[in-house]
Amino acid sequence: MYSMGIGSLIIVMIVSVCMGSVITLQTALQQAESSWIPAWTIGYTVRTSVILELCPTIISLLLVGNLGSRITAEIGSMKVTEQVDALEVMGINSASYLVLPKIVSSLFVNPALIIISIFFALMGGYITVLASGFITGYDYIDGITYYFIMYDVWYALTKTVVFGFVIASVAAFYGYKIEGGALELGKASTKGVVVASFIILILNLVITNVMLN
Amino acid sequence: MIVVNKVNKSFADKQVLHNINITFEKGKVNLVIGRSGSGKTVLMKCLIGLLTPSEGSIYYGNRDFHHLTFSDQKALRNEMGVVFQGSALFDSLTIEENLMFPLNMLTKQSFKEKLDRVNYCLHRVDLYNTNKLYPSELSGGMKKRAAIARAIAINPQYLFCDEPNSGLDPKTSLIIDELITGITHEFSMTTVVNTHDLNSVITIGETISFIKDGVLGWYGTKDEVLRTENEGLNDFIYAQPITQKIRDFVH
Ligand SMILES: Nc1ncnc2c1ncn2[C@@H]1O[C@H](COP(=O)(O)OP(=O)(O)OP(=O)(O)O)[C@@H](O)[C@H]1O
Ligand SMILES: [Mg+2]
Repeated sequence: MYSMGIGSLIIVMIVSVCMGSVITLQTALQQAESSWIPAWTIGYTVRTSVILELCPTIISLLLVGNLGSRITAEIGSMKVTEQVDALEVMGINSASYLVLPKIVSSLFVNPALIIISIFFALMGGYITVLASGFITGYDYIDGITYYFIMYDVWYALTKTVVFGFVIASVAAFYGYKIEGGALELGKASTKGVVVASFIILILNLVITNVMLN
Repeated sequence: MIVVNKVNKSFADKQVLHNINITFEKGKVNLVIGRSGSGKTVLMKCLIGLLTPSEGSIYYGNRDFHHLTFSDQKALRNEMGVVFQGSALFDSLTIEENLMFPLNMLTKQSFKEKLDRVNYCLHRVDLYNTNKLYPSELSGGMKKRAAIARAIAINPQYLFCDEPNSGLDPKTSLIIDELITGITHEFSMTTVVNTHDLNSVITIGETISFIKDGVLGWYGTKDEVLRTENEGLNDFIYAQPITQKIRDFVH
């Protein structure tokens, strides 16, 4: 679990800061033209988009490529090198022995990474605000704390738990399914990434519909 | 003793094994030889229960492996040690942890007992100071020996080796062969070895089953194998220039 999360932590932080920064810049540029919109709306808009959509979805897609392909490769190479067979002859149910821990840890790691991601995205926005001077840092903080709804966070966490399940189970499935040589490994990872990304995008639509309507 | 009785094995519409009848004897090294693709690995996977024969049975003593209850099958598996073609050591575990693994899974020994057993097995295969190394840090021959050590860790009655000396130099091959023979005799195990290494065939084959295209083509011992009239087996043995030279020299 440690190794699963740590490997992705740095990239998640970097992407989050950039994402927060860009979205803040965009929002600020849109609103700069109209002087009658209050300054706090920038922080507010950034917070809402980051928590509701950007972090859960984009970071999950990132993790599909990062965490997911690693799971496929790990299980797949065990399959190709007969390590899975070795488990089976010892009377161990290799599917549950290898796959379950990955799914369980992903259920924890994914939400944790998303929370870190949200924090860093908002930080990215703050840095941008200070650097660009569109609004004051105080206005930004005011905006991101304005009318804070806890439900939004639950909504984001629900998504990430579901996406975490998809990432680990799809990746493990494709890894476990590999028959034959090392060549199949690359193919399986690619296929796993495409399928998991697709499922996440569809589920994102479904969950958004169900939870925000 | 293992008795293979009228075993057929097909995948989809492709039949790989045809009516195989073989007896693998206790306390002996039983070789299964044949060209690549003849069905040796498939037969071994049927023996150890990774595949189920389409027809026929495999008896361990009087136990019909594929018709046992789940828990009896599991109990029988605890009596088997398997060395896979590519060693199949768990690469995220050290050599010591690799050997410890089956003991953890299948026995209730104390840590001290398990550690003693691990060290005993490693010394038995002449591996010293490798406990804390990872498989990737060992040479091919050392990996094979570690795999053999892991297979015998649970003190099995049945030992299976799929091409234990493929990819090894002749001298290392010989060491592995001697090791397998030594262990088999010492613990009176029923050992089945898949190979297409001719050196092994003539040095350790106490019984030899020659499989050709999924059919048992010949059965005998290492003393008979060089004098056989069997055409398929002759093709197999005298396929290489070196063996042809020896044959011409002898005649
Ligand atoms: N899971 C499978 N599905 C379909 N066909 C298979 C399967 N496993 C093996 N075969 C086929 O069975 C035949 C025998 O394969 P097997 O691996 O037993 O050969 P082998 O004698 O062990 O060869 P080698 O010496 O190269 O290891 C091959 O033609 C192979 O394509
Ligand atoms: Mg084989």
